[in-house]
Amino acid sequence: MSVDEKTVRRVARLARIKVEEKDVPKLAGELNVILAFVEQLNEVNVDGVEPLTSVVAMDMKKRSDVVTDGHYPKAIVANTQSEDDFFMVPRVIE
Amino acid sequence: MSLTSLTIAEARAALKAKKFSALELTSAYLDAIDKAKALNAYIVTTPEQALTMAKASDTKIGAGTAGALEGIPLGIKDLFATKGVHTQACSHILDGFKPGYESTVTQNLWDAGAVMLGKLNMDEFAMGSSNETSYYGPVTNPWRRKNSNASLVPGGSSGGSATAVAAHICAAATATDTGGSIRQPAAFTGTVGIKPTYGRCSRWGTIAFASSLDQAGPIARDVRDAAIMLKAMASVDAKDTTSVDLPIPDYESFVGKPIKGLRVGIPKEYRPDGLSSEINALWDKGAQWLKEQGAEIVEISLPHTKYALPAYYIVAPAEASSNLARYDGVRYGLRVPGDDLIDTYERTRAAGFGREVQRRVMVGTYVLSAGYYDAYYVKAQKVRTLIKRDFDAAWAKCDVVLTPATPSPAFAPGEITDPVEMYLNDIFTVTVNMAGLPGIAVPAGLSESGLPLGLQLIGKPFDEGTLFQTAYAIEQAAGKFKAPQWW
Repeated sequence: MSVDEKTVRRVARLARIKVEEKDVPKLAGELNVILAFVEQLNEVNVDGVEPLTSVVAMDMKKRSDVVTDGHYPKAIVANTQSEDDFFMVPRVIE
Repeated sequence: MSLTSLTIAEARAALKAKKFSALELTSAYLDAIDKAKALNAYIVTTPEQALTMAKASDTKIGAGTAGALEGIPLGIKDLFATKGVHTQACSHILDGFKPGYESTVTQNLWDAGAVMLGKLNMDEFAMGSSNETSYYGPVTNPWRRKNSNASLVPGGSSGGSATAVAAHICAAATATDTGGSIRQPAAFTGTVGIKPTYGRCSRWGTIAFASSLDQAGPIARDVRDAAIMLKAMASVDAKDTTSVDLPIPDYESFVGKPIKGLRVGIPKEYRPDGLSSEINALWDKGAQWLKEQGAEIVEISLPHTKYALPAYYIVAPAEASSNLARYDGVRYGLRVPGDDLIDTYERTRAAGFGREVQRRVMVGTYVLSAGYYDAYYVKAQKVRTLIKRDFDAAWAKCDVVLTPATPSPAFAPGEITDPVEMYLNDIFTVTVNMAGLPGIAVPAGLSESGLPLGLQLIGKPFDEGTLFQTAYAIEQAAGKFKAPQWW
């Protein structure tokens, strides 16, 4: 499978990365090189093989559904623009 | 003799015997760091914090309550969250980010008495094999080719960690390994690096790249120091459900244990066409050294080896695209204003991520997108099962596997521009991550051009002890290697 320029634009949109129109052909080329490399997997027969979900055989640990942390909004917003401990973003609803 | 030339084990003994203070040791390292700016290993130094921590260590040493790493000065890869200190994965998108919390691995080190010297350079978000993708510029390898002044890369992504250890501007460093990011730079700089079994170290507070592959581990000057470091870094952690609740052995006790009767597997698939005669010879020599010390060499087969790297370049970008979705300019780091919220996201991520990170996020987004998930991601996870089965079968025949660490010694900046060619640097290391196993890189000699070359040992899950035991046997035969100081 190889990606065309239309697909590159779609993937960039899904990934939320602004790609300049002039960079699309180069990016398509680069992605195709990587995708061609992973095409080697087509040689492998995986019939009846389960996907690996954990590299270590153990049951997923569970914790009690209780609050164990929190109550420090100032620390949460310390790394960005905020007002009254809320994150500030551009207007979303007109 | 300068204090910075001491290994952790030597410094530990001297501090205990009060031959010098922790403050003197830390001051010696801070001076050495100042003189080594040309290497660009540190992106931030924390001298005040270091001196405060060193003084506290001296108090504890005086009171007889010293921890396992009391007063030992360490460098920390920029991927680990350090409270109130620059933590940006060497990415532009995390500009100004200072976490309000400490990673579990670094907290364990401070609890053991270690001293933080600063944060180390790395490939952006740990994506790279040469430390050339860092927003803070490339790191220079302390090693140079014979009769040459040309710069070489230190490998990556833990290039700053490996360089700092090799240049003696920290006693040891933390590092992380998703596809080879501890072992490849260790091999390129003549240092020892171990990626432990997945789950041995907590991932909490380590900026995520590919969560099913990422593991923290140390880079150190020799095998004993790596054992001391890993013991202090490892822990089970309620904040990381994938961390494993198994006892942490005294790894140092494996250093020097005889290897008589140990079965060492040599996988025939690790000798691809075109592997240099130099690497082949090094590998043979390593096997010979172990044989001379009483180990039994057995040929094994890991038939799916060649598929590990292509499967990795599906799994790792897929997980990265998901993990890096959080960098949207809203809650921390860089924000580039746009016409609306979506435009803000897109402009922020375009400006904040470097080319390699953008490429991987887009590959990951593509392979996870509707209609392709089964063909790529699920297929790659199935191949991963086959890779793991190869190892499970091999353990019936051997106790440890010996391979080269890298296909070549360190290369020059700009020498590799093709992404896939760069990815091939991890050809010998990536299988270990895919199967979740522990792997250690240990220096085994110098190339014809005078550069360090490493061998890799791969172990059974949670059998890091055998890796230290076997790596030490190689170190005893090969000796240790130090770059001549030119900086």
